[in-house]
Amino acid sequence: MDVAVRELSYAQAIQEAMAIAMEQDERVFLMGEDIGVYGGAFQVTGDLVERFGSERVMDTPISELGGAGVAVGAALTGLRPIFEFQFSDFATLAMEQIVNQAAKMRFMLGGEVSVPVVMRFPAGSGTGAAAQHSQSLEAWLGHVPGLKVIQPATPHDVKGMLLAAVADPDPVMIFEHKLLYKMKGPVPEGHYTVPIGKADVRRQGRDLTIVATSIMVHKALEAAAALQAEGIDIEVIDLRTVRPMDKQTIIDSVKKTSRLLCVYEAVKTLGIGAEISAVVAESDAFDYLDAPIVRLGGAEVPIPYNPELEKATVPQVPDIIAAARDLAKGKR
Amino acid sequence: MANARKAANSDAAQPNLPFAFRKYTAEQLRQVLHKMYLIRRFEEGAEDAYTRGLIHGTMHLSIGQEASAMGICMPLTDQDQITSTHRGHGHCIAKGADVKRMFAEFFGKTTGYCKGRGGSMHIADVTKGNLGANGIVAGGIPIAVGAALAAKKLKTGNVAISFFGDGANNEGAFHEALNMAAVWKLPVIFVCENNGYGMSTSTERSTAVKNIADRASAYAMPGVIVDGNNFSEVAEAADAAVERARAGEGPTLIESKTYRYRGHSKSDRNRYRTKEEIEDWMANRDPIALFEAELKEFGIIDDAGIEAVREAVKKEIADGIEFAKESPSPEICDLENYVYTEVA
Ligand SMILES: Cc1ncc(C[n+]2csc(CCOP(=O)(O)OP(=O)(O)O)c2C)c(N)n1
Ligand SMILES: [Mg+2]
Repeated sequence: MDVAVRELSYAQAIQEAMAIAMEQDERVFLMGEDIGVYGGAFQVTGDLVERFGSERVMDTPISELGGAGVAVGAALTGLRPIFEFQFSDFATLAMEQIVNQAAKMRFMLGGEVSVPVVMRFPAGSGTGAAAQHSQSLEAWLGHVPGLKVIQPATPHDVKGMLLAAVADPDPVMIFEHKLLYKMKGPVPEGHYTVPIGKADVRRQGRDLTIVATSIMVHKALEAAAALQAEGIDIEVIDLRTVRPMDKQTIIDSVKKTSRLLCVYEAVKTLGIGAEISAVVAESDAFDYLDAPIVRLGGAEVPIPYNPELEKATVPQVPDIIAAARDLAKGKR
Repeated sequence: MANARKAANSDAAQPNLPFAFRKYTAEQLRQVLHKMYLIRRFEEGAEDAYTRGLIHGTMHLSIGQEASAMGICMPLTDQDQITSTHRGHGHCIAKGADVKRMFAEFFGKTTGYCKGRGGSMHIADVTKGNLGANGIVAGGIPIAVGAALAAKKLKTGNVAISFFGDGANNEGAFHEALNMAAVWKLPVIFVCENNGYGMSTSTERSTAVKNIADRASAYAMPGVIVDGNNFSEVAEAADAAVERARAGEGPTLIESKTYRYRGHSKSDRNRYRTKEEIEDWMANRDPIALFEAELKEFGIIDDAGIEAVREAVKKEIADGIEFAKESPSPEICDLENYVYTEVA
């Protein structure tokens, strides 16, 4: 049976996934600020309210802590809420419910309950929204056992991973880079899932491994294509899931290429790059390394408003090219 | 108000009987006394075990607040859900938990309600509708609203109750939760057990309004004040609120004024209140003594009957502690269990 594949934007792919989830399961509903007639701050829910009604596409008051708690309670008692934060930055107002309640409820109660809640976080910089509307906080939540944290990079993956998240019995946090919302890509029709916890090798290569997250996957692929002309053959891994991290794919790749570059948008220090580096350093892949591991992450500053400063804060394609070229030196 | 219902004890004969004595049978009322004793003796037993080093961590005792827990849970079914607080032993027992498994949890045993992972501060009994005590002040309030949302969407007819203390009414979660419950007309009842203090801070020093029930008007719901040490008064308010919630008329805020005899937790030196204040509540407003006096006055029980209740409870507590002591401890190799749902 052939499944039709169309070009959809990342936002449309999320919307389609939520519509399919709601069609297939009465228990699924959406909650968030201005997700109804407004369509969501990034038009991700769009016109879903017309199709499913305001009971299932529920506008909440501007109450992130309370709203997240209501979603947790509803998930605990038989529903499957998908809770949209207007910006991922506002997770800070709801950390209590996410970190202390959703993540720990099953454990604290000795396995007597599950919390099948999905939370969606529009994340990242590049929109000129400055310091309080541009952060990448996935590592914060990735630090918490009990949560699953994903960062799909393509329309195909975001649809499949969102559907996997809805089916997952545990809390799943989805970080969606805002600059990806308009990006188009092939998306199969109908229901399919992309597994949580599996990285994807986006590009095969022999000389160097780049492990990238979210929008940085695309930048890394661009850099890899540019360096191919110089004879540098780069493997690009799309991490896709922050927790639980797919260590094996990283280890296997580094054993092949002997060089590792981590690229992510969040603040560099104490971030995902440190964890990826440690995965390699703690494994037998360490013996295969021919050069020190390199991390490219966000600068140690809040995201600035000025567009040139903003760009300079997070890794760009030329930064990746330069870092990869340096790292690959002596390898050809 | 109660005349629509079939009264257990005839209204006509004794029109001035308190609500509970009109509503419930003699047997049910004796059960209430039994459970109030069970709560008190359970906590005394836990306190004693703690002092003797059998229980570790800390605990928050609700001794003095038994009527509040019992009165609120009186109209609930096992399907109705509650969220509780750090001071949640009474709620747990009132909602139907078995003290054996509660003691086992406190002793950190696998037979405990949380298999030894939760302890006093996370005591729960999901099968009886208790979604758990909570270590975070006000943490359970939005969760109860979520349970009420689920009840409404799934049309179960269940209600959700959130117990919390006076201290919690100054958390943002309280205000966000009450607002949403009212906007969406959810079947939830907010029960503030105002025992006068959040740790050492009195409500006068922490709260801008005189009564926490006054907050209800900001969220367009009824705010009811009851004497939390009077079982019948609490049960009457709970009954009305539950009826209102089940009828789809929305939430209620009940402020149950009560008092805790013990310190906030095991670390409390009681520097913020006087001995006289504590002794006055114990001597003149003890919820169990008040209820016993009423039971006797209305001929529900006599001294011999009370003695029988006390003996039965004593045995239940001793059996519970024995069960806990003899239960197995969790294996270290199982440390990582229950973090995620095991997929078959
Ligand atoms: C968010 C949060 N802040 C502070 C605490 C520490 N704490 C635990 S109980 C408590 C007092 C709560 O008072 P109240 O709500 O009146 O309940 P009570 O102890 O009187 O039953 C405090 C400050 C906490 N557990 N959670
Ligand atoms: Mg208090």
